[in-house]
Amino acid sequence: MSIANTAHSVVEPLPGTRRLAGSLVVLYAVITMIPLVWIVLTSFKSPDDAISYPPKVVFTPSLEGFCNLFTTRSRQTPEFIRTLGPPQGLCDEIARGRNMVVAGPSNYVPRFVNSLIIAFGSTVLAVALGTLSAYGFSRFRVPLKDDLLFFILSTRMMPPIAVAIPIYLMYRAIGLSDTRLGMILLYTSVNVSLAVWLLKGFIDEIPREYEEAAMIDGYTRFQAFVKVVLPQATTGIAATAIFCLIFAWNEYAFAVLLTSGNAQTAPPFIPIIIGEGGQDWPAVAAGTTLFLVPIVVFTVLLRKHLLRGITFGAVRK
Amino acid sequence: MNDLSASSRITYGAVPVQPAVVRRIRGLSDKALAWLFITPTMVLLLAINIFPLVWTIYLSFTNYRANRANAPVKWLGIDWYQTILTDPDIWAAMQVTAHFVFWTVVIETVLGFGLAFLIDKKFRGHGVWTTIILLPMMLSPAVVGNFWTFLYQPQIGLFNYVVAFLTGRPASSFQMLGDVTLSPWAIVIVDAWMWTPYVMLICLAGLRSIPDYIYEAAEVDRASKWRQFWSITLPMALPFIMLAVLFRGIENFKMFDMVNLLTGGGPGSTTEVASITLKRAAFESWRTGYSSAFAIILFVTVFGLANIYVKALNRVKSR
Repeated sequence: MSIANTAHSVVEPLPGTRRLAGSLVVLYAVITMIPLVWIVLTSFKSPDDAISYPPKVVFTPSLEGFCNLFTTRSRQTPEFIRTLGPPQGLCDEIARGRNMVVAGPSNYVPRFVNSLIIAFGSTVLAVALGTLSAYGFSRFRVPLKDDLLFFILSTRMMPPIAVAIPIYLMYRAIGLSDTRLGMILLYTSVNVSLAVWLLKGFIDEIPREYEEAAMIDGYTRFQAFVKVVLPQATTGIAATAIFCLIFAWNEYAFAVLLTSGNAQTAPPFIPIIIGEGGQDWPAVAAGTTLFLVPIVVFTVLLRKHLLRGITFGAVRK
Repeated sequence: MNDLSASSRITYGAVPVQPAVVRRIRGLSDKALAWLFITPTMVLLLAINIFPLVWTIYLSFTNYRANRANAPVKWLGIDWYQTILTDPDIWAAMQVTAHFVFWTVVIETVLGFGLAFLIDKKFRGHGVWTTIILLPMMLSPAVVGNFWTFLYQPQIGLFNYVVAFLTGRPASSFQMLGDVTLSPWAIVIVDAWMWTPYVMLICLAGLRSIPDYIYEAAEVDRASKWRQFWSITLPMALPFIMLAVLFRGIENFKMFDMVNLLTGGGPGSTTEVASITLKRAAFESWRTGYSSAFAIILFVTVFGLANIYVKALNRVKSR
């Protein structure tokens, strides 16, 4: 009896060990957050504050970075600016303070919209295809099942540049270069391997007895799939969808090589936001901050399923 | 769902079932359904992965150039493969890649396992801190690379300021991205910052998979904590550590986006990892045939190494 008691308490770490472990982890977390916090801070700095030395932690917040992100401006003489009417909104006011006028909207919003369309489009397709295949692989005897599954996974081992060479030629030949449809298809094909592997894991966990019971009730196999399996797999499908979204949202290599204007997404665009005399860091930081916000939200939502997602379902906890 | 299973339980015995007929119809529809469900995915992968792969293999035997699409295509046989395998520039790129892969994997594994070990002590609030630590790996590598170039700026960057503050050297005396000896480490630092949490998460799963009773038995046998770590914790977490190494190894062998934005391969070609060499050949000098051959060589390398590694992993797992 007493042995069992001590044995149990001994496996639990001592309070001192726990505190030490806790403080080391917190220290790491704080250090690792500094770059991110710094980018968010920079997005609210004026250009002068952003490049001051020593770096400024305390500063007067400014929306100039966000204004520069969303607008293009042209330099004008003070005489010309005086002839204009009152400034049109906050951004125009800030620009006039620097002897400039807002010339029009920048490309950030269209690029952001492209990112949204391509990410959501490819996610919906990949998850739809992935769910069907995962169910097929999970429930039916498919010839060469393991080989097919491995083949699906192996498509992820190609370096993206290697894939981009023939895709570039193929898209040029069939008119899909620099189109959203082309990017959606490409991202779908990359994501579908993840979707199949993850969803197969989730569907494997749903007992077959549920469908069998439904089929005895007169459901066809397809009805059982739609009305029994899909509702049970909702969490898994949602988690998979978020992983696909994150991949498509973050993707850069294909986007930079295969799109130029029309279908360009945000990741290749953000680094080329240039101000007068070099990179406009507050604007770049503002673009980065806005781009990262959805990812932070998704990470918090996904935290229970992260492990599964990043290992293609190999580790399920 | 709940309604359905409830009703199915009630009617279970009441529905007249004709086993032979039902089985036959279902058997047929199952097979058709299986193909119906799997075919769309296969068609997509054939069109967007396999067909291009076959095309790449074909191109790698020719002198085709994508910017001269109408020029006559000449069959070269294995010329490109010979050229590439004997090209010192390619070997230099492979060395840069090896340096990058080796050091990132080592640093990420040591730090990631250490963190997982600490988090596994289940101190108060470990869930929240774990989620915070995980954030970097979810971000876009391109965007990360880009904002690290800001942190690495010699005059104004935060990284240089912190190093200057800690070491007393002036912040403008070194350039992380412009210096031949420092830049290979600059990309390692960013990758380690970004991907250590990934290794941590997998190792954490490994540590949590070790049942308490093994430690209890070790305590009963009066094994020291040190001994427990080397004889229980590490061997039992090893398959997980190896899995993390596999995924990081493959990913970093293919590394393109982050390095492209941090250094673009420079200064000179000191950080020119294989993917950047490939991009330069394919999309800047438009040597399509040559770069196709290089792409195939890279793919075969990753594929071969991964296969050997997975065999080793399975041996460790089954032990």
